[in-house]
This record gives sequence, C-alpha cells and structure tokens, in this order.
Amino acid sequence: MDSFHSYYPLPSRLSVSDLCDAIRRGSIKAEDYMASTLDRIRRVEEKVHAFITIVEESTLLERAREIDRRVRDGKGFLGALAGIPIAVKDLICTKGLRTTCGSRILEGYIPTYNATVIERLEEQGAIILGKTNMDEFAMGSSTEFSYFGPTRNPWDLSRVPGGSSGGSAAAVAALEAPMALGSDTGGSIRCPASFCSVVGLKPTYGLVSRFGLIAYANSLEQIGPMTRTVEDCALLFSHMVGRDPLDSTSVEPPKTVFFSKKDDAMDLVGLKVGIPKEFFGEGIQESVAKTVRKALEKLESLGAQCEETTIPSIQYALPAYYIIAMSEASSNLARYDGLRYGLRVPDRGYGWNTIFAENRRLGFGPEVKRRIILGTYALSAGYFDKYYLKAQKIRTILRMEFQRAFKRFDVLAGPSMPILPFKIGEKVGNPLEMYMCDVDTVPANLTGLPALSLPCGFRNGLPVGIQFMAQAFQEGLIFRVAYALEKSLDLREEPRL
Amino acid sequence: MAMAKAKKKERMTRVMRRDEEKGKDGEPEVIIGLEVHVQLTNLKTKLFCSCSTDYRGAEPNTHVCPICMGEPGTLPVVNEGAIEDAIMVALALGSSISRRTLFSRKNYFYPDMPKNFQISQYDKAGGVPFATGGSVSIGGGKKVRIRRIQIEEDPGRLVYEGTIDSSPYILVDYNRAGLPLIEIVTEPDMESPKEARMFLQNLRSILEHLGVFDESLQGAMRCDANISIKGGKRVEIKNISSFKDVERALSFEITRQKGLLSRGLRVGMETRHWDDLRRITVSLRVKEEEQDYRYFPEPDLVPITISEGLIAKVKACMPILPSERKRLFIDKYGIPPQTAEVLVGSKALADFFEECIKLKADPLPLANWLTGDLKALLNEMEIEIWESKVTPAHMAELVSLVKDGILSGKMAKEVLKEVVATGRMPRKIVEEKGLRAIASMESLKEIVERVFSENPEAVKDALRQEKAVHFLIGQVMKATKGSADPLMANEAVRRRLQEIASSVSA
Ligand SMILES: [Zn+2]
Repeated sequence: MDSFHSYYPLPSRLSVSDLCDAIRRGSIKAEDYMASTLDRIRRVEEKVHAFITIVEESTLLERAREIDRRVRDGKGFLGALAGIPIAVKDLICTKGLRTTCGSRILEGYIPTYNATVIERLEEQGAIILGKTNMDEFAMGSSTEFSYFGPTRNPWDLSRVPGGSSGGSAAAVAALEAPMALGSDTGGSIRCPASFCSVVGLKPTYGLVSRFGLIAYANSLEQIGPMTRTVEDCALLFSHMVGRDPLDSTSVEPPKTVFFSKKDDAMDLVGLKVGIPKEFFGEGIQESVAKTVRKALEKLESLGAQCEETTIPSIQYALPAYYIIAMSEASSNLARYDGLRYGLRVPDRGYGWNTIFAENRRLGFGPEVKRRIILGTYALSAGYFDKYYLKAQKIRTILRMEFQRAFKRFDVLAGPSMPILPFKIGEKVGNPLEMYMCDVDTVPANLTGLPALSLPCGFRNGLPVGIQFMAQAFQEGLIFRVAYALEKSLDLREEPRL
Repeated sequence: MAMAKAKKKERMTRVMRRDEEKGKDGEPEVIIGLEVHVQLTNLKTKLFCSCSTDYRGAEPNTHVCPICMGEPGTLPVVNEGAIEDAIMVALALGSSISRRTLFSRKNYFYPDMPKNFQISQYDKAGGVPFATGGSVSIGGGKKVRIRRIQIEEDPGRLVYEGTIDSSPYILVDYNRAGLPLIEIVTEPDMESPKEARMFLQNLRSILEHLGVFDESLQGAMRCDANISIKGGKRVEIKNISSFKDVERALSFEITRQKGLLSRGLRVGMETRHWDDLRRITVSLRVKEEEQDYRYFPEPDLVPITISEGLIAKVKACMPILPSERKRLFIDKYGIPPQTAEVLVGSKALADFFEECIKLKADPLPLANWLTGDLKALLNEMEIEIWESKVTPAHMAELVSLVKDGILSGKMAKEVLKEVVATGRMPRKIVEEKGLRAIASMESLKEIVERVFSENPEAVKDALRQEKAVHFLIGQVMKATKGSADPLMANEAVRRRLQEIASSVSA
C-alpha cells in the first residue's frame, strides 16, 4: 500500500469517483490535478506513446481553473465529472481538435462538430486531454497499424497494448489519464483493456450515440468507457448513454444499465454464471486459462454458481464478424477521396478518378487496404449471398443461441483475450493470427450484447482479463458482478515506468 | 353518344399507331423504360439532415452541413415527411406499399456524392423497395406499369465549363446533395418517344396534384431512359431534365441507332449523356455488364414500419388526382374527354381553367381556347403557362368578348396573340386597335338592310332557295370585312328573310 503511493506526489491514481468528490468539495483543485496529470504525461508519454494529439497545456489548465472558480464561487453548473481529464480515442470527433483515426488520410482533419458523447461529457465538466492512438480506422488488435507509430504496453514496453483502442488503454494504465473513451467493433475496447489491465466496457448496441464516431463497421460498434475501476467505468458510462435524435440506432437506457456501489455489491449468492466452453477452445494460452479459472473460483467463493455450457456457433463468429465488418468498412471508407477533406495530392492534369485513387493509395495503410478489398469482394455481385448474407444468418443464429443461454444464466464469463500481450512486430506479418485474437470478443458485437473486460490477474508480469457478458441492457448486473470480483481480487499493481 | 364516338376514334388511332411501330413479326420496334427522379419539393429540409432544400439561386456549397457533406462520423436521420410523400405517391399510382421498408447503400465513386455511396432503396441484396407495382395511364387506354418506387438522396450538382466532353474541370456544388428524391422505375412499356413524353407529363401532373412536386422549379424532375431498338442492345441515356427533352433525346437516339444498324454496325450496351444544349447524346461509357453497385442494407438506419394507421392517415388527406379531376370536368362542365385529358395533363393548366370558371367564363369555349390556341402559342414560345403573361382574367375576358359577339373567333385569335405577347387586357387591345367587331344584332341589321337593298334579285331567290341565302350571308360578311360572327350573320340574314316572307304572305 505504501509503495503504491510513494512514486508520485500527486493523486494521479485516485479513482474518478473519489476525485470528483474531492474537486467538488474543493479539497483537490482541478488545476492541481490537471498539472499533475500533465506532469505524468511528460514523464511517461515518450515511452508509452498513448496519444496522437495532446491539447495545449495552457488551455487545459485554464479549463481546470474555470472549474475551480465555480467551486470557489458556488456559481455556475458543476457537472458530475467536473474537472476530470479524459483521453479520447482519435476516431471520436472533437470540434476544432484534430481527429485522425490513426490514418495519414485524416492526418490534418479538424472536425467542425463534436460527437454527441463529447457534448454530453463536456456538459458534465469533463476536460478533453487529448486524442489517443489507435489502429488505423480501428482495424487491428495491437495499435501497431497506426500511421503515427505504435503504442507500447505500459506493463512491458516491448509488447503491444492491444487494440484498436490501445492508446486509451495505455493512457489509463500508465496513469496519464483517469479515464478514457474507446470504441469497440470486435473487441477494440476489451482487448486493450485486458492487455493493459484496465476496465473496459462494450455497451449494449444503441445505448451510446454513434454520432461523431468515425465508422469502421456501423452495425457492430459502440463507444465505451475505459477506466481503472469498475465503479469509475459505471460512473463514466452513466453520463454517456441516452437516446440521440442524431443517431437513429440509439435507444433510451432502461434503469438496468446503471450501477451504484450502494447495491448489495459483494453478494453474488444465487448468481448463475455460464462458462461457454468455446471461450476456452483451441488457441487459448494455458496461462490465460488458468488465471481466468482462478478468478471464476473466486466468483464461486462469493456465492456465484459457475457451470460450463456451450454456444456452438461461436466457432463461426469470427469469420462472420470479419465479413460484416469488412463489408461495411469498404463502403464507410469510400468517402475518403481527398475532395472535401483529408489528404489531397496535387490535382494538376489528372482526372478525378486518378486523384481519388492516388489519395487513397497514399492515405491508407496496408491493413485498411486489405480490409477494403476483402469487403468490396464480399459485397460484389455473385458473392453477396455466399458471404455477407451467410454472415448475417450466422449472426441471427448466434443471437438465438445467446438468448437461450441467458434463460439459464445471468451472466456468461470467459477470458477476454485468448493470449497474453504479444511482442511488438510479432504478428504484423500474419493477419490471420492477428484476427484470431478477437475470437472471444466478437460474439458480443455480432449479438449487440454488453460485455466488460475486468483485470483478473497477471502472468509473468503481464495482465489477464476476464470477460463478462449479459443480456441486452444488463450493464448494471455486469458492473455488480465485476465490482464484487474486483474487490475480492484486490489487484493493486501498477506499471513501473 | 358523342363520348362513345370519341372513345372509338381514340381506339382506332391507337391501333394504327402501334401497327406503324411494330416490326414485321409483331414485336415492338422500340422498347423504352424510364427511371424518373423527382425532388420532393414540398419538404423544407433535406432527406437525412436539417439543411434547407431551398437551394436554387444560392451561393454554391452554402446549404450544407457535416451530414450532407459526408464528414467522418456523421449519421443520417430520415426526414419523416419523405415517408408520407412516398406513401401518397404510391397510393396515387396504385402501387403496393411495403409494410416494412429499409434503406440500402448504392456504392460507386463519383465526385457529386459526398460519401461515394448513395443512400437509396433496392429490391435485392436484402433490400426492400418502398412500393412496387402500379401504373400511369398515358391516354388511349394504354398504361405504363410501375416496377418500383423508392426514396433516395439527390447527389450534388456537377457544373461543367462548356460541355461535358470539352470541360477542362468539374465544379461541384453540394447544395443539392441530400435533397429528398423519389425514384419511380417503370417497366419497359413505352414504344415511342411520344409515349415516354406522355408518361412523364401525366406523372408530373399526378405529383403536382399531390402537392409533393413543384414543376416550376428547374431540374426538380430528371430522368434516365433505357432504350432498345430491335437488333441492338440496351442503351441508357442519363441527364434528361424535362418531359420535352425526353422526347428529343429518345428521338435522337432512335435516329442514331437506326443509322448504325442500317449501315450494318452494332449497337452495344452503353451509357450516354443527353447534352441539352447541343441536343445530342454523347457516350459516357461502354459497358458489357451491369454496373455492380454492391448494394447492402444501410446499417445506420433502422428498418421503417409503415403502419396501416399511417397509410390511412395519408389516404384521408389525399388531394384530388388528375383522373378524378378529369371526370369532374366532364360531368360538371360538359368538357369532352379528350379536352379534359389535356387540361388535367398539367396541374397549372387545370388550375388556370378553374380560375377562369370562377370569373364566370363559359367552360366549353374556354377549354377549347386553353387546350387549342393558347397551348399552341405557348408551345411555340417553349414556355409553360406560369411563365407566360396570360392570367385567368385575360382568358375569361377574351371568352366573354367572343360570347357577347364583340369579337369574332378569328379576331379573338389575333387578340390572344397580343395578350400572350404583351400581357395587356383583351378589351383594351380591342379598343385601341379599333378591332371592334360587328357586335350587336342591331349593327348587323343595318348592314343586312344595306346588302338586301343592293341585291333585290338575290333576296327574291333567297326566299325560295338555300344557295341564295348563303350568297347573302357571304355579302354581309364581306361588308363587315370578316369582323362579324358568321353564326350571327347567318341568323340576322335568316331573320330578315323571315320578316320579308311573313310580310309578303300577310
Ligand atoms: Zn446538411
């Protein structure tokens, strides 16, 4: 406990909930906290490279001072997240603040509007610290496919932080930010959360507005919170949800998505936990399986009943996911032609089609090109039924099988990632191996169900995450289970940087 | 009786026309299908964002927002007015409306499309069109069947310097991008450029009557035409922006293709562009296969359920349609069916007709003036009635001047020309030009008296034989220099003869 507090003089490791209270009471100044955050960034960012863009120091400090003025004067609205810095994945549009999607094609792109989730969080007083690194257009599981270079795992700088929200996970893990936003299309929050030992939630599809989220695969993705504790995750999440008239697929959240620690948090008696054996299938590292099983035992000690079950079509989830994601991506990314925004080669003498092709050739990285080509192929006449339509059928079957499972179980659990964080460069040359990492995370995206990754231990100093899934809109239940396990595991390690 | 006769005649001409167009083995020589794009001009905002649709005359790229510019991260939200409009159109065309409809993405690269895909609807690849079936009558008892109706967004506008094939660059104006359109796709049921024009004209009239479309807005209705001539492949003509141009473009294309075929050359599958300045078609691309648009359901929009309640609500507010209005004109005003058909062929014309009636114009002669002389004059000038200087007051006055015998039919034609040219009131023109006709029976009587006294022999003959009566009428007309109404002259002469006859017998 002592060593935990001894490295840094300022409270950069306080939980968001405690920090909120402290700032509102005036016992910690938002400005001081911001200064300490900036100090931390100065020390570790060079090693971690979590950010693509960091907001000007003077701007950040001024915003924090404005919160302090309101606290001091007792005048003006003080939001629930007043003065809390937040790191934002660089595919969520921020008005006037460069948003690159980790791509050269948007290297200089400055959005003219805020994503709805940014509007909501800023209204609650959160201060955007900067934009975090990611795999280009969220296509990757390691954050190596960023035009701006890879992010490093704070627990082992030679390893990847996971992806595609690797920058957000690393920033939170490295204490560069108390909370962050990621996006999850096929595991892009839960994978780096697991690799960096932070809490990450992929919400039920529709709970968080996607307006302003630069699309990779619209029907699969959600913006979600990434934090150090379950309580922080629930807090941040509660200010992100809500029906948005600008997003037709968004819904009004029912009460069941919320969580507060006053609930009988530690009591899991009677909780039925299903363990789909497919989550421990081929390709899982023994060390990961062992750590997750230990956590499940812990869960049982809290009163939960764990039982193995099966969801057979999980074995088809990965190919179905990649077909749908790439198909949607091939269309979503068509707009990047350089005509209205983004990278533009000199026009002189070329026809528009040549200019479009040139901008895209230079602007997109190899993984993005690979997925555009595969997606274009899958949607082409003669292949549509064979791929896209078949993938949609698998999606329907998968939904039904999960529904059936939730008749027997309250939550489903398993490893978030089948493997430990791998070495930078280890899988770059082998896309299939990289795609295999998403085997446990994609079912939640295909079904639209909520899923959370919770740190559950370390193996050889590398983090392992456990994933909980529940029925749609049961985030509250997931938080309750994860909170109980978190308390009981009491992981108090922190990366040495 | 008269109606039955007219109907019979219609049928007869139709048979003759089709015979001419048919090839030797009875198959149509020319097959035409249309894809019509209509801006829903009654909607104030674009299809998927809240930008104003009132873009005409605005500075380029001022009616835009992140959504219709396809900025990263933006999402579409459907304008519900477009759904109601589409329901109305489907009901009017007798199409069957899908109870659950969804949008699809049509993927292709083009500078006028901010997202490089168009949000549209489709009947394949998991898509559901808004409505299918239905028809539009094109006169002569013939109907053109509708294949499908769908809602989609308009692309931006490409502006060329000069013509499409000589312009060194393209300018793009996105003010139009995202405007709500409905696309109406026909079956290939038309067999001549004229039928295509009739289809478009009648469709336009229906849409105007529904109030979803304003014909006075430039470029609000555009169409692509598919044409196959026997012995050749299907050619698509894009960029046709009026129903007059559809006839021109198709006629041009028929001549061009027939020319090729007669020289033993082949007509392959091709997409051509209608250049409305030069009035020719130019090749855009030659293709042997259908373009692959990689349609798939739009993931950013949820499927839309069209409830019976909504359909009933729209049905309850349906305005009068051209077909009902035609019936009304026939029954209420005694207008012959063919004339009524022409009147309701344009909402503006039918409205104009009713405005004149309100001004107490005699319906039958009025209808003849509107569909005859006035229409011919306007056609000659290539303008529509709302673009002309003629108002219902002009026409009502003209009709009553003729009715009152102040103007003869012949003089009235001259006056109408003057009205169309200057916009001055007919009465004023009559007065200024001293065109005053032999108005009353009184003034005619004097002339009859003079003619009778100058031709006593003819008067005697006229009491016995019809031929001499005609001579006298002719003399009266001559004396009035043709300014008298022939009917009136006829009556005045016969009345005077009767007086003489009765006084002789007395
Ligand atoms: Zn707009």
